Amino acid sequence: MKRRSRRVGDLALSLGTGLAAALVLLIVVVILGDVVYNGAPHMTLTFLTQAPRDGMTAGGIFPAIFGTVALVVLMTLAVLPAGVATAIYLSEYANPGSRVTRLVRVAVNNLAGVPSIVFGLFGLGFFVQFVGAGIDRALYGGQRVFGQPALVWAALTMAVLTLPVVIVATEEALAAVPRELRLASAALGASRLQTIVRVVLPQALPGILTGAILAISRGAGEVAPILFTGVAYFLPKLPRSLHDQFMQLGYHVYVLSTQSPDVDATRPILYATVLVLLLLTFALNATAVVVRSHMRRRFAGASS
Amino acid sequence: MNGDANTDAAKISLSVRDLIVSYGDKRALGPVTMEIAEKHVTALIGPSGCGKSTFLRSLNRMNDLVLGCRVEGDVRLDGQPIYGPGVDPVEVRRRVGMVFQKSNPFPKTIFDNVAYGLRIGGMRDRAEIAGRVERALERAALWNEVKERLGESAMGLSGGQQQRLCIARALAVEPEVLLMDEPASALDPIATAHIEELIHELARDYTVVIVTHNMQQAARVSDYTAFFYMGDMVEFASTDTIFTHPSQPRTEDYVTGRFG
Repeated sequence: MKRRSRRVGDLALSLGTGLAAALVLLIVVVILGDVVYNGAPHMTLTFLTQAPRDGMTAGGIFPAIFGTVALVVLMTLAVLPAGVATAIYLSEYANPGSRVTRLVRVAVNNLAGVPSIVFGLFGLGFFVQFVGAGIDRALYGGQRVFGQPALVWAALTMAVLTLPVVIVATEEALAAVPRELRLASAALGASRLQTIVRVVLPQALPGILTGAILAISRGAGEVAPILFTGVAYFLPKLPRSLHDQFMQLGYHVYVLSTQSPDVDATRPILYATVLVLLLLTFALNATAVVVRSHMRRRFAGASS
Repeated sequence: MNGDANTDAAKISLSVRDLIVSYGDKRALGPVTMEIAEKHVTALIGPSGCGKSTFLRSLNRMNDLVLGCRVEGDVRLDGQPIYGPGVDPVEVRRRVGMVFQKSNPFPKTIFDNVAYGLRIGGMRDRAEIAGRVERALERAALWNEVKERLGESAMGLSGGQQQRLCIARALAVEPEVLLMDEPASALDPIATAHIEELIHELARDYTVVIVTHNMQQAARVSDYTAFFYMGDMVEFASTDTIFTHPSQPRTEDYVTGRFG
């Protein structure tokens, strides 16, 4: 009797967990299938290379693709130096037990937990209204140039959001560099800086790149941080300077799905835009996986 | 016991006075006083945790890299205090090279491994670097085995070759003293014999200090031997004396294998 009930329990559990797993698979398949089925036919070359026309019921999404890429490139330029430098300080220079180190770590962890809309508000208050307006007062005689939502402020806000990703990934990569190599370098008369530049960073590079790509793929998908800091509803022109506004894929999806005057005409455009956004983030994540596995192989080769 | 081994007329390379090393509040070594003869091999023996590796690391200030480690006393290299105010530990390590227990080549090419110390020292002349790399590899008895593949990764070498590469890497910067921390303990008997032969050779030009667990090895390669026990240097004398008629009963117990 007891044995039988145990068998029934096992059966129920394996059935239940299996169903849950199947449900996850089903959801992914439905989402991808729906997007690909409805979006792929409309994803043509003209769609990828033209601006929206006729109240966004026709034309392409090139300004949004361009804006997304520009945003992500600028964000990477800002977040990589700051994140890598922080990680190097924490793992190579800081005394691990000190109060400052612990404080920085707590700050990094908290930064990772802040909702992205809060970053958007922070960007508006700090970058646009404080830094931007300050630049205008100092350099442009109060004329509005930087004191408004712009590409540079959106990129910096996104950089703050992705900072923890880069810091954590870099710290892990630095920690994975064997201590023996640092000792060998020191014993040969290398200063700490020389050891970091010539031995530690080259070894950690794949891990740092993985962190960078994860940050990029996060930055390509987030919308909330740029809502108040630079993204535009519709712009016929591409941004030409750092203080221009820009279009972005994620926000464009929101605009297409909520603001269209003609829902039926917009639907294929919407699907194709979502497909482009998904392909972009998938490609970036796939790159991160490839880089990481390459790194593992290298470490495996190094320890044999 | 004072470290007054009868170092004949040999010149003194390293002179250690009242050296005490502590980790946090715990004293790990000392006080130790001993003088290490130039261009001879000095072996440091003793059971695990006796302080011999700690002693070795204080000769090139590698202990500075251990968190919470404190060094007191005086160590002089050719008469100059290496723990004096204003002495740069990086400079000390250029003059006192080190080979570790586990071979630790950089994941770079064979050539770049040996050239590493030269390049960080600021050497730029390619021909000069190439010449120094070749000489260092020859001195480490590795040149003939690797001269055809200097551009290949050092990770592809065997364990014994990797250890000789690490010796070549240390020799390339032309230090005065070479410290070796159980350099053959991870190697097979043939590779070990290679390294021991090499140590003999090196003593012609370098002062060698070697930590070893293996008493036969100490007897084979060294001119002087210091026996460490529980953080103290118990006895320091010529290797012959230590192994044939040591003055301390504990030394005798250890070298005859009664404990350790």
